[in-house]
Parts: sequence; C-alpha cells; structure tokens
Amino acid sequence: MAEKQELQVQQKREVDKEQEATAPTRAFMPNADIFESEDALTVVLEMPGVDRDRIEIGVDHGVLTVEGNIDFGKYEGLQPVYSEYYVGPYRRSFRISNQIDQDKISAEMRDGVIKLVLPKAEQAKPRKIEVRSG
Amino acid sequence: MMGYADPLDALFAFQRALENRFSSDWLGASTATGGAYPPINVFQQGDDLVAIVEMPGVNKEDLNIQAKENTIRIAGQKAIDYPESVSLHRRERLSGVFDRTLVVPMQIDPEGIQAEYKDGLLALFLPRAEKDKPRSIEVS
Repeated sequence: MAEKQELQVQQKREVDKEQEATAPTRAFMPNADIFESEDALTVVLEMPGVDRDRIEIGVDHGVLTVEGNIDFGKYEGLQPVYSEYYVGPYRRSFRISNQIDQDKISAEMRDGVIKLVLPKAEQAKPRKIEVRSG
Repeated sequence: MMGYADPLDALFAFQRALENRFSSDWLGASTATGGAYPPINVFQQGDDLVAIVEMPGVNKEDLNIQAKENTIRIAGQKAIDYPESVSLHRRERLSGVFDRTLVVPMQIDPEGIQAEYKDGLLALFLPRAEKDKPRSIEVS
C-alpha cells in the first residue's frame, strides 16, 4: 500500500447567496462526497460542530437541501485569541432526479459527518431481463 | 452575563471576534501555522485556555493526544471508506494522516488537561499552571 497521505486543510467556502440575508452572518458549504450504487445515491457531508438535533433536511421541487446549525451557546464565555477556521451554519443543496424515492430518504450522523441515503425508485433500478424461449 | 436580543446578533458578534483573531501572531513562531491540519481555534476562558480543533470524520480511536509543559501534540488519521461497486460522482472530502504540535505561550498544568471529542470537534481544556497565574502585588 502507498504511504498514507498527509492531510491538508480545506478552507471553508461561503454559501453563494441568491438573496441578501437580513443579518450579516455567514453560512458555509460543507464538503461533500456523492456516490451511486445500483439501488441508492449516497450523499456524505462534513458538518463539524453540528449536533444531530440541529440538522434540517428537506426536499422541495426536486431540490434536496441540508442545513446544519451550530449551538453558539457552547462558545459563551470564551474569548477568541487565535483563529484558523470560521464557525457558522452550513447549508448545501443538490438537485435530485425524479428517480429518487423521496419518501425513503434516510440520514445518520457520526463525528460531524452526515450520511444521507437516497434510495432509487423501483422503476429506476437496473433490472435483468429474462429471455424466454419462444 | 451579556444578553443578546437576537441569536443572530450573537452569531455575528462571534464571527466578527473570530475574524479579528484570524491567524494572529498570538502563537508566535512556535507553532507551525497556516495550512497545517487540523485547523485550531484558541479561546481564553478566565485564566485558562480552550483549543477547539475541527476534524470531522475522525474516529476517536484514531486520535492520539500528548501533552508536555506548554506543548500539545495532536496526531491521528482520518479514513474514508467508500463501499465497493459504487460510482463516485463527487469527491471533496480528504483523508490521510496528521501530526501537529500546538505550543501555547503560557505554562499549563499537564495533569489538568481534558480532551473531549464530539460532533467532529476536539475540545482541549488547558488549565493555566498555578505558578504562571498573575498575582496582584500590593504596594506598601
């Protein structure tokens, strides 16, 4: 096996705003992995500092949106003296095809990483076609 | 305690405070800064320090923390397992090993250090050594 690669820091990217927000806070785009198997699409998002209860997942007009909020109460009484990364809510949207069974989307969270499984609708799954003898 | 009328005000104030401290020279030349993984934010809490390190997807078991005098070493690895027979559409997350040393400009009590890992954040509570605490001096 090759030598383990040294990890690099990925600077947080700010979410592109369609409208200006009323408050001057900033939201960030979580890093994403997306992979597809025969029966599902899996979306993995990195949202460090987000608690399971502060995740919102919604599908609207074929757009999947995942939002993660930070509990700023945890930072109360802490004075920043040195900083290398920004802290703020996360938000990202993906357009999903109608081949996804939207009612069966499931999600699990671990170590600040959320994994969403989007099962394909039955008719979208590849199937083997039997050839009958005539 | 300070109160905010709007939680967004609190968030904004916090983000601005963080920004003002972005890559300040507070740690001096003693720590390899900028670009080193994992990224660290340091806060003051009374006499003590709290370092909050961002490392989503790292298993607690893969994390190794050592402390000596005013030096804390954070080493470990982040592994990403993709299931077999899938096609990757997007791959932004990075995996690999890391080893970083944080040197804080004050004496800390190594016995009193506490580490907590939750939701991809490592919080290190670094109590200032008793002998390093400032004392008020009476003028006779």
